[in-house]
Order: sequence, then structure tokens, then C-alpha cells
Amino acid sequence: MSPTMIGITVFVLSCFIGYHVIWGVTPALHTPLMAVTNAISAIVVVGAILVAGHESGHEGSRLVHIFGFLAVALASINIFGGFVVTNRILAMFKPKKGNN
Amino acid sequence: MFSQIQISPDGFAAIYLAATVFFILGLKGLSSPKTALKGNRNAMIGMTIAIVATLIHPEVRETTWIWAGLGVGAVIGIAVALKIDMKSMPQLVAALHSFVGLAAVFIAAGTFYADLSSGKPLGGATLFELGIGSFIGAITFTGSLVAFAKLQELVSSNPLVFRGQHLLNALLGIAMFGFTAQFVMSGEAAPFWVLTAIALGLGFLLVLPIGGADMPVVVSMLNSYSGWAAAATGFTLENPLLITTGALVGSSGAILSYIMCRAMNRSIISVILGGFGGEAAAAGASAPTKGVKSASVEDAAFMLENASKVVIVPGYGMAVAQAQHAIKELVHTLNAKGVEVKFAIHPVAGRMPGHMNVLLAESDIPYDIVFEMEDINSDFSSTDVALVVGANDVVNPDAKTNKASPLYGMPILDAYKAKQVLVIKRSMKAGYAGVDNALFYYDNCSLVFGDAKAVCENLTKTMLAG
Repeated sequence: MSPTMIGITVFVLSCFIGYHVIWGVTPALHTPLMAVTNAISAIVVVGAILVAGHESGHEGSRLVHIFGFLAVALASINIFGGFVVTNRILAMFKPKKGNN
Repeated sequence: MFSQIQISPDGFAAIYLAATVFFILGLKGLSSPKTALKGNRNAMIGMTIAIVATLIHPEVRETTWIWAGLGVGAVIGIAVALKIDMKSMPQLVAALHSFVGLAAVFIAAGTFYADLSSGKPLGGATLFELGIGSFIGAITFTGSLVAFAKLQELVSSNPLVFRGQHLLNALLGIAMFGFTAQFVMSGEAAPFWVLTAIALGLGFLLVLPIGGADMPVVVSMLNSYSGWAAAATGFTLENPLLITTGALVGSSGAILSYIMCRAMNRSIISVILGGFGGEAAAAGASAPTKGVKSASVEDAAFMLENASKVVIVPGYGMAVAQAQHAIKELVHTLNAKGVEVKFAIHPVAGRMPGHMNVLLAESDIPYDIVFEMEDINSDFSSTDVALVVGANDVVNPDAKTNKASPLYGMPILDAYKAKQVLVIKRSMKAGYAGVDNALFYYDNCSLVFGDAKAVCENLTKTMLAG
């Protein structure tokens, strides 16, 4: 199998997992769901790190590092911002006293 | 700096798989408020694993820029997340979506130039994936910027429609794919930037015509795009972690968009084509024929304290008036008088999915007295008083009875079935969708005019005095 085909297989199966997991999320938590998926989609930071960690010394590697730095910074805003705000929201959800 | 650690490619794949599992567990935790915090922690563990593993990846040769980026992002991200007002959550989410989109563009560009500079030959498949990654990212970026500007009211939330719009979008779309094809064949930088520029323009054009009433769908849709952008980046880098995670986020956003569309009885296509909400829709509303009844705060307080069952229907107006805390006091006072109080939430109440639940939770209203539409609609016929605070379109019975109404077919909260309906309203202005509300002219409905917060405070005061 080519890497692309393996990728497509993984992608399609993941969509099904996503479909089932997300329908299980209670509607009351749809806002934190968006906040946390926001943080999770910043997994592109993995790609950003690879770009920012590119070997220097080649022609044009300065440009690559600038792209990498910007991408890491943007993705990190999402990661830290997304997780912290999700935590803040979820901490507010409390049951009626004596109901836990 | 981590060169002493040697991990095989399979080792990295296994670590990334572990991160994926933590992400799935994290999302699964959101199935109940009881497990949600733990879920968020799982997702954080997943992200930490992914970042640390990538830092020790042999392809990473120097870390200065990486630490700089992580540092800058952490400071900005944490500062914003701690400061943001819950009312402004939709704007924050839109802004964060735009960052993921822009990051995807930079990654595609960076990967392209990195391979160019190290003289690595780029295959057609890689070029194609780079092109796709960049244009999904670019559309997400500018689309989210427009959504942000509309939510923040920097620009009018009215739909911006002009002639030939869809034709223009279609032509731009075709041009974008044309340049992608040229990029794949030539492997040159020029077509890459042209296709990215077109995608940036398309992002603007796609969201501008979408009106305020459809904003919850747009925010969910962009959530979905940010996931697809991550998945596309995963294809470029042949990294299953990005593909899996992107697919999870993408399907999450898609499902939320679907739920929002269903709750408004709109098809996703008609939302994307735009033009709904704002002044354009106002023309379709039936002109009021009868007068409305208004009730004083004293009358309303009397009805509420003599009820045995009260259902409160909050809407975005509650958030605008910052009335949540006043409502909490009202609920306490009513409970002390032996009145049972519940909350009814329409799926599209507020500006994003679940927005009302967060605002109520913020003011310490326990989540187990807050109910979704399907769970509470059958309760209204046995409810003594339905108190509508800052909601409008979601309780408009025209959606059930008036075929001419733009809202026709939208599922609503059956507040009109309660013995008495009290609507707190500032003025007779139409709702977000620009439609007049037939409920106000019902015999069992009285309007209490005033600011939601002030009225709720006065209700509490009157009850405590009496």
C-alpha cells in the first residue's frame, strides 16, 4: 500500500470513530467541545515543529524558519488557549448540591 | 539536544498512536459533565505526548525557533483564555480557528521551501497534498476572520449579498484547482502562492453572505474546516496522528453544523449560499394585527410566586443584558417559596452550540435543572409560567403554524403551551432572524418591558418584599 492509501484508510476509519464519539457528547457541553477540538486541531503543531526545526545552513532556510516559527506560535496559542478555556468552562458545570 | 535518544520510526508511530488514543478518550469524557474535566486532562496528555515526541524527532535539528514559538503561543494563549468573558466565547473560538488555518498555510509553505532548500525531489502526490493543505488552511483563516468580525460586531452581521456572487465563487474555485494542478506539474513556488491567495479571497467571499442568524452553523463549520486542514497537513507529512486527529475534529464540527441546521430547519447548502437573517428576512414577516398585553413587574412577580412549576427560556438577550446572575437570584427566591424551576435550552439559543449552558453554569445554576429542547418540550403543557428572557425566534409559534414565515418548519420550544407566558423584552424589536414573533399576540402571553437584568432583579425584590 502506498503511504497515501494508508493515510486515506486511517482517515476514513477515524471519521467513523469521530462520528460515534461526537454523537455521544451531551449537547450541554457543545461549547467546551468546540473549545477542546480547537485545541486538539492545533495538533498541526507537530508539522510546525518539523518545519521550525529544519536544518539551517541551506539556501532559504531562514525563510523556512520564519514560516516554522509563525506556525508553532499560532498553533501554540490554540493549544494553550484552547485547553485553558475548556478547563475554565468545565470547572463551572456543577450539579445541584447534594446531587453528586 | 536530544540526540542521545534513539527511537525507530515504528517507535514514533506507537507514541503518536498513544496520543491519538488520549484524544479520543478526551472527547469521550465530554459525554457527561461529571467526566468532562478528566476528558480535557486526557486531551492535554495526548497533546503533551505529541509535542515531546516531535521535539526528539531526528528531523528536528535545532530547537531555538520552536521554543520561541511555543513560548509566544503559551503566553498569548493562556492570557486570552483566562481573561475572556464567557459571552465572547464564539468570537474566541472563531479567532482560534483562524489561527489553525493560518498555521496550516505556513506549514505547507515551510515544508515546500524546506524540501526545496535541502534539494529533496518533491513527488506529485506531495505537491498535491501541499496545495490542498494550503488552500483549506487559507479558506479557514479568512473565513474565520470574517466570522470573528461579524460576531464581534466589527462589521454588520447582515448578510452581504451581491449579484453574480455564486458565479464568482465558482470561478474562483475552478481557478484555485487549476493553479493546484499547475503547482503539482511544475513544482514551482508561483502557482502555490497564487492558489493560496485565491483561497484567502474565497474564505472572505464564502462567509460574508452568511447572516447573523446562521452564525452558530458557520462557527461549527469552520471548526470542521480547521480539522480538515489538520488532516490535509497530516497527508503532506505522512503523519497518521495529524490525519486521525484532523478527522476527529472535522467530523465533530460537521456533526455540530448538522445539529444546528436541523435545529433551524435549514439545509447546509442554503446556509452556505447565505442571505438569511437581518433586514432581508424582515420583509417576509406578517404585520402585527392585534396589540400586545404588557404586565408590570408586580403582576409578573405575583404570577411567578403563585406558580408551582416555572420554566425559564433564556436566549442571547440574557447574555447581552448580563442577566444570568440576576436570574440565579430569582431562581433561589422561587425555590425558597416552593416553586419548581427548570431551564429550557434551544439548540441554537446563543451564538454557538451550547452557549446558553455555559452562561448558566457560569452563574452557578446547577446543570441538572437545565434541559434540552427534546427533554423539556412535553413539560410546557403542565407548566404554570414560562418566563422567556432574551429569547425570541426559538419560541415563535409561527414556525409551526405560519407557512409564510421564514422560520416555518424550525423546531421550537413550546413555551406558548404554558398556562401563562411572560416575555421580558426591551422593545418590540424583531429577533436575530428579523422576524416578528406571533407569540406576543397570544392571549396567555404578557410582555414585561425593560432590561432583562433590571427586570429580574426587580422581580426578586418584589417577591422578597411581599
